[in-house]
Amino acid sequence: MGKIIPNKNPMREQPPEERIKNFNEVPYGYSPEEAIAEAHRCLQCKKPLCVDGCPVEIDIPGFIGFIAEKKFKEGIVRLKEKNILPAICGRVCPQEEQCERECILGKKHEPVAIGRLERFLADWERENIEIEIPVLPKSTGKKVAVVGAGPAGITAAADLVRFGHTVEIFEALHEPGGVLVYGIPEFRLPKAIVFKEIDFLSKMGVRLHTDTVIGMIKSLDELLEEFDAIFLGTGAGLPWFMGIPGENLNRLYSANEYLTRANLMKAYLFPKYKTPIAKGKRVATVGGGNVAMDCARTALRLGAEESILIYRRAKEQMPARNEEIHHAEEEGVNFQLLTNPIAFHGENGWVKEAECIRMELGEPDDSGRRRPVPIDGSNFKIPVDIVIIAIGNSPNPLIPATTPDLEITRRETIVTDLQTGKTTKRGVFAGGDVATGAATVILAMGAGKTAAKGIHEYLISGEW
Amino acid sequence: MVKILQKEHIVPNIHEFIVTAPDIARKARAGQFVIVIPDKYAERIPITIADWDNEQGTISILFLEIGAGTQSLAALNTGDEIFSFTGPLGRSFEIKKYGTVGLVGGCYGIGAIYPLAKALKECGNKVVCYSEARSRFLLYWNEKLESVADEVRYSTTDGSLGSKGHSHDLLKKDLELDEHYDKIFAVGCTYMMYKIAHTTKPYGINTIVSMNPVMIDGTGMCGACRLEVGGETKFACVDGPHFDGHKINWDVVLNRRKAYIEEEIISKERL
Ligand SMILES: Cc1cc2nc3c(=O)[nH]c(=O)nc-3n(C[C@H](O)[C@H](O)[C@H](O)COP(=O)(O)OP(=O)(O)OC[C@H]3O[C@@H](n4cnc5c(N)ncnc54)[C@H](O)[C@@H]3O)c2cc1C
Repeated sequence: MGKIIPNKNPMREQPPEERIKNFNEVPYGYSPEEAIAEAHRCLQCKKPLCVDGCPVEIDIPGFIGFIAEKKFKEGIVRLKEKNILPAICGRVCPQEEQCERECILGKKHEPVAIGRLERFLADWERENIEIEIPVLPKSTGKKVAVVGAGPAGITAAADLVRFGHTVEIFEALHEPGGVLVYGIPEFRLPKAIVFKEIDFLSKMGVRLHTDTVIGMIKSLDELLEEFDAIFLGTGAGLPWFMGIPGENLNRLYSANEYLTRANLMKAYLFPKYKTPIAKGKRVATVGGGNVAMDCARTALRLGAEESILIYRRAKEQMPARNEEIHHAEEEGVNFQLLTNPIAFHGENGWVKEAECIRMELGEPDDSGRRRPVPIDGSNFKIPVDIVIIAIGNSPNPLIPATTPDLEITRRETIVTDLQTGKTTKRGVFAGGDVATGAATVILAMGAGKTAAKGIHEYLISGEW
Repeated sequence: MVKILQKEHIVPNIHEFIVTAPDIARKARAGQFVIVIPDKYAERIPITIADWDNEQGTISILFLEIGAGTQSLAALNTGDEIFSFTGPLGRSFEIKKYGTVGLVGGCYGIGAIYPLAKALKECGNKVVCYSEARSRFLLYWNEKLESVADEVRYSTTDGSLGSKGHSHDLLKKDLELDEHYDKIFAVGCTYMMYKIAHTTKPYGINTIVSMNPVMIDGTGMCGACRLEVGGETKFACVDGPHFDGHKINWDVVLNRRKAYIEEEIISKERL
């Protein structure tokens, strides 16, 4: 180990003024030389804390060590032992709250750029070698239905085939990927990467049925006639609105609608793709998470002159990844912090103004963050022609509504056992956003893995 | 993949597809819908299930060729596979014995009231259908409706068949003549349903309308199809599409329908 290098090796990116005119990915990723240099910053701790910070316990010093030795192939094998979607996690995980937060270097300097290195290996593999299909064990003769093809479902399916079970995935939309495809924009996560990962699953023999809404075309009980177990990874897709006046005006979108139009339906390529999306000069997004950043940045790329982000707390409290906030600022998103809309006003049915109130921080609330309280009389109006509400989602009630013996919480999430993923219904497991409420890709993957183990034990022992 | 077994241009601008979809046929109930994407570039289009045959494993859909999306759909032919076809979606009509039931259908809704008439008749209701169009040559499924309903009354704006005017004019006349209805269902264009709800309101007849707002996923994910019903926001795709016509805020509905007029024109110009 040489001298400590205090800062991360920077990652080259499209300059802000250019990238807001296209939907191409923003960061270019490390070159092999940059990756090796960054890998050399790792102290190779005996007791690596970063691993504790990773929800799927990747052997981080292990794969970084291989990069430092230029053994990329060995590195990717090590990485994939614990994470089948590294190209995705490297791009979208909140590393600053997980592995990188625990990194010893980070105490005094910048932590090792673990996320960037993860991404580097995954991209290197995709671009340079034919991805090997693992040798599968002898079939157990058991069949598992996975409902939902988001990160939770994909991960559960991959582990289940590797345990020797037959797996079929049922997905409501016409394309698999869940939020990775309909929500997260192309400039942050190119769809080709997601499809490649899913292709890997089909190569392992997983059958995918798209256009299949479980709960409607088949109930869980009907699925259980054909399958020995079910994994529900149906996510948290039901958008919340604010419940304030004016929310049904035209050009007021839920984040889901706005992003689904733009991403899944490719409205950014309108009129080649025929799904339209409103283009406005002044677009306001309400919220402070990754979803809100994605909307505000998508609006710029669709030609907004001003993209305004309205968030009721302060910047430090934004749930979005640091990188997203940073990119949004660089791109010129106008942050209206400690501000909350109280009504939307329209003209002939089209939204024209967001009436807002300024907030200040009061006592901490349940989440431990200081509660925003409105400042009386601070009302003001922001002229807008599009509004996007990005304040959260809850799980879709379709399956619980048709499955009376599946217990749900007051927050509409499915009750599951954290150790096994078991729900209250025999043979049915669940994980990801549907169990936790809207969370992260890596937590959904972790839950998929846990449930795959739970399902495997159940199928082998036959005991619930 | 769902395949088109039969395509028929039943009246100008309205097409019927009979497609292979055995799983959907097994589950379909009157009033449910499917979401169809004709080809890779097209939109997701919600379409009511007009009929199904569980034994043959087929379902029928009827659609009005109007926007860019339905034009791409109409461009498909017998033997073609449909890029994406999802269903059944939404809730079904509540089928039970009401007594005397009036079913109003216009446009694609004439097809949609057929399975409803059949199911309500099987439950022992007296079923009267009101089928409307601009002119006689635009009416369809007359015999099919007559085969299941107790009576079918026609109205055409040009007076070429049945009474001259709209279905709400005819219904109004009938109500004024003291005809009694325990329940009314209306399926068709928004304006027709609005008029029917308006007509039955003074008589206090519970009136169910089948809303057809813009939708994307059809599973509750996007919120594009939201409506205001009895002061609450509802999603047509999962909470409906059938609602009490007297509780709907029609101003919101009529306003939201014009949201994409400009884009629709751009899309159509390209075709
Ligand atoms: C815009 C946006 C940006 C985000 N950015 C980040 C980020 O940067 N980093 C991060 O870690 N997390 C991010 N998240 C959160 C993350 O995407 C989710 O936590 C994660 O995708 C949850 O995975 P999941 O598999 O549980 O569910 P989902 O990804 O939601 O997948 C669920 C799938 O199930 C399908 N489904 C639902 N109901 C049914 C049914 N009845 N039958 C069949 N299929 C059904 C859905 O169509 C969907 O495809 C973001 C979320 C959004 C919306």
